[in-house]
Amino acid sequence: MSDTSQELHAQSMTELADGLDAGEFTSVDVTRSLLDRIGELDAKLNALVTVTAHEALAAASRADQARAAGNGGPLNGLPIIHKDIFCTRGVKTTCGSRMLNNFISPYDATVVEKLADAGAVVLGKANMDEFAMGSSNETSYFGPVRNPWDLECSPGGSSGGSAAAVAARLAPAATGTDTGGSIRQPAALTGTVGIKPTYGRVSRYGMIAFASSLDQAGVITRTAEDAARLLGVMAGFDERDSTSIDRPVPDYSGAINEPVKGLRVGIVRQHFDEGLDPQCGIRVKEAIAALESLGATAVEVDLPNLDLSVPTYYVVAPAECSSNLSRFDGVRFGHRAENAEDLLDLYCRSRGEGFGDEVKRRIMTGTYVLSAGYYDAYYLKAQQVRHLIADDFKKAFSDVDVIAGPTAPSPAFRLGEKIDDPITMYLNDIYTIGANLAGLPGMSVPCGFVDDLPVGLHLVGAHFAEETLLRFAHQYQQHTDWHKRCPEMFK
Amino acid sequence: MKAGWEVVIGLEVHAQLATRSKIFSGASTAYGAEPNSQACLVDLGYPGVLPVLNKEVVHMATMFGLAVNATVAPRSVFARKNYFYPDLPKGYQISQFELPIVEHGELFIADADGKEKRIGITRAHLEEDAGKSIHEGLDQSSGIDLNRAGTPLLEIVSEPDLRSAKEAVSYMRKIHTIVRYLGISDGNMQEGSFRCDANVSMRPVGQDELGTRSELKNLNSFRFVERAINYEIERQIELLEDGGEVVQETRLYDSDKDETRSMRSKEESNDYRYFPDPDLLPVEISAEYIESVRQQLPELPSAKQQRFVEEYGLKSDDADLLTGSRALADFFEAAASATEAKAQLVANWVIGDLSAALNRDGMDIVDAEVSATELAGLLTRIHDNTISGKIAKQVFEAMWDGEGSADAIIEAKGLKQITDTSAIEAVVDAVIAANPGQVAEYRAGKDKLIGFFVGQVMQATKGQANPGQVNQILKDKLSG
Repeated sequence: MSDTSQELHAQSMTELADGLDAGEFTSVDVTRSLLDRIGELDAKLNALVTVTAHEALAAASRADQARAAGNGGPLNGLPIIHKDIFCTRGVKTTCGSRMLNNFISPYDATVVEKLADAGAVVLGKANMDEFAMGSSNETSYFGPVRNPWDLECSPGGSSGGSAAAVAARLAPAATGTDTGGSIRQPAALTGTVGIKPTYGRVSRYGMIAFASSLDQAGVITRTAEDAARLLGVMAGFDERDSTSIDRPVPDYSGAINEPVKGLRVGIVRQHFDEGLDPQCGIRVKEAIAALESLGATAVEVDLPNLDLSVPTYYVVAPAECSSNLSRFDGVRFGHRAENAEDLLDLYCRSRGEGFGDEVKRRIMTGTYVLSAGYYDAYYLKAQQVRHLIADDFKKAFSDVDVIAGPTAPSPAFRLGEKIDDPITMYLNDIYTIGANLAGLPGMSVPCGFVDDLPVGLHLVGAHFAEETLLRFAHQYQQHTDWHKRCPEMFK
Repeated sequence: MKAGWEVVIGLEVHAQLATRSKIFSGASTAYGAEPNSQACLVDLGYPGVLPVLNKEVVHMATMFGLAVNATVAPRSVFARKNYFYPDLPKGYQISQFELPIVEHGELFIADADGKEKRIGITRAHLEEDAGKSIHEGLDQSSGIDLNRAGTPLLEIVSEPDLRSAKEAVSYMRKIHTIVRYLGISDGNMQEGSFRCDANVSMRPVGQDELGTRSELKNLNSFRFVERAINYEIERQIELLEDGGEVVQETRLYDSDKDETRSMRSKEESNDYRYFPDPDLLPVEISAEYIESVRQQLPELPSAKQQRFVEEYGLKSDDADLLTGSRALADFFEAAASATEAKAQLVANWVIGDLSAALNRDGMDIVDAEVSATELAGLLTRIHDNTISGKIAKQVFEAMWDGEGSADAIIEAKGLKQITDTSAIEAVVDAVIAANPGQVAEYRAGKDKLIGFFVGQVMQATKGQANPGQVNQILKDKLSG
């Protein structure tokens, strides 16, 4: 083993790739080192639901052999963690739920398959809010994930396990999914980079559905450079997902090196209203000033229907989830209640026992808004508002290249603080939800600290403007070192 | 039906589309496989899987739309129909709701007086079939076979234009013929590839307002459709005349008891919470696509029927029967084009002896023991007077039994018609000599006895004498 091994966990994916290429260490070295670290530190975080040590070492060994033979994909031997919403063949895929606590997927999600084909080594499966419903990771059947920056705090959610693992240097990257902010909000709260691509950019096949018209897979990393590298592998048309878009995947890794000079940054005044923690507001404004110092121009843009995004989201997402989660009925897979008296009893108890409170709340809300007599007033109306919101963004992007603002209204909050108040919890996604409703790419980049807790800068782009987002984020990271800071106890 | 009442019927026909794979997955649609051997992860509704539309079904639905003179929608949308049932793996059925692929069609049937009657087709939409629950042969439990889950269906909904069980059956037969002509469904009713639900309501004659309807489910034969509707008509009239009310409900037809019984009432029915399926894009069809499908449409039954009347001079009813299936029509045309015999003669044989033989042996036209050209060979021999029609029946049976061609059989069995006048005269003379009593009666004016003499002559010639000549010679000699 190379003598640099104790620092392997601190390296970004790109740095690890360079080290592997230079023969400084092997993938088995990297994998073993990170598995050791997970074994040692994850008890503090609860970031992983499953550790696939055996499979990871075998994959690393294969990657090393491939490298020795001059073969191997673009991610050959590089470690990654998958959010437990992605189906992984032969490995438990729980979606953070008791319902799927016994579910071994018979197939790989497209994202999993693509990353594996590129040579990535999967260390394990990350904890998450149950069925991705939550903003604090407290709805998980496997218990909350803790924020590496303060173990009493939430890492955000629903991709909280992915974000905490990357922030704590248990892995350089993890996959996530984002329906209303589930990649970007935890990235902001843990000081990591999170990108949710344009709806349709990455296949949803094998990603357990929450709200199909909003769900999109992405990644959490520490650098925009790593995000670009991974997105280049994950993106692309998939004939198994009718909503994935047949459009060439650009060279993200090349695009990030372009300067942002001359680009226009839109600022939304309402983003800085009273809902935002003032200290966070200062960090975000500093970040925007930094972008200006790189040659970008900040201009004000208007998103007049922004305040409707949370209520709209909480009609559309539950409606789709109420239908998507009907397949969990205890008949073919998943949790099945024992000694059911009859069919109805089997359904009621399997679902009653298998799902947690937040999932039930959303199924009931969704069932209600789709019911005869309420459909027009809720679901149809929400779809109309959704169009208005999308139009607002479209108008804004005729003037600017990116919209910048806060990712979340505050830094990480304490575990238990909001879980009993759904409305306050839902407001955590107020800045991120618009991008999902409009299908736009969004990204969070670490931009400073408030009381030793990280703050995220939120960037939203036009459809398929991932290159622009990554370019802003990368250029910003070239001039800042927020992303290099590591939580004290995980150094 | 009892006087004073009018029945109003609308049908929902479910035609299984003859694709090789399912509507949203690559699994096979073949019938009769081991339970659950043809259900892939998509059909099983596994977590994370997604539906992908089989383009073939769009082509088939477009063909159907054009065949019934309907509008094929430039944009149609798949929706989710949500309800829980073990044979419905996803907890919702993917169907089309607000925006179906086919709307505003029509077809024509003959009403009770034989007059042409237009039946409106409200819509036809694409959907997936559910699986099947199995209760027999399992101890204390039920099984589920999901082979059928995801099989493509075209649900064809008629306007409430039908006024009797008979009309309902003619309409259903028309649809059956059309889908088989188009090759978009095998129409196999035993296997459930073609079945229907009937909405039946009664109203006093002269009333415009519709009565409360009941829905009869899953009628899988023409006979059951007729019987179930007639049972329902009687039941509703009896109920109404006793001062009762028809309850809006779903009823199941029990063919063993020949009755319908209540399955569930409107109050118990599900709120299906339809909404557009976010996993599937709207189906968009261009005018060019529709035009290209139109170009490839086969000749449809009604056009073929008309052509048979005009081109071949067939009786309208016969043309109707012959065009009832594309295979039968093709057989007729092949035979007619291979013989000098009159087309009506060919039609008589195809509808008569050939169809009878097929029925007797439970065979389909495509498996007929006598081919179209072989039949043509036989009919040519009737046409050129080599054999009589009566002898031809005998030859046909021998052909059916595989004894060879018509000519070979005629030759081998010595069935050639006797047309030699002197030979026939000799037999006639003998018959007259042997029946003096009848001869006297005939000459006294009992003309009908001519049949007796013809019979005697034919018997004596084993049916081989030319009947026309026999008649003529008999008449000459008897009057002489």
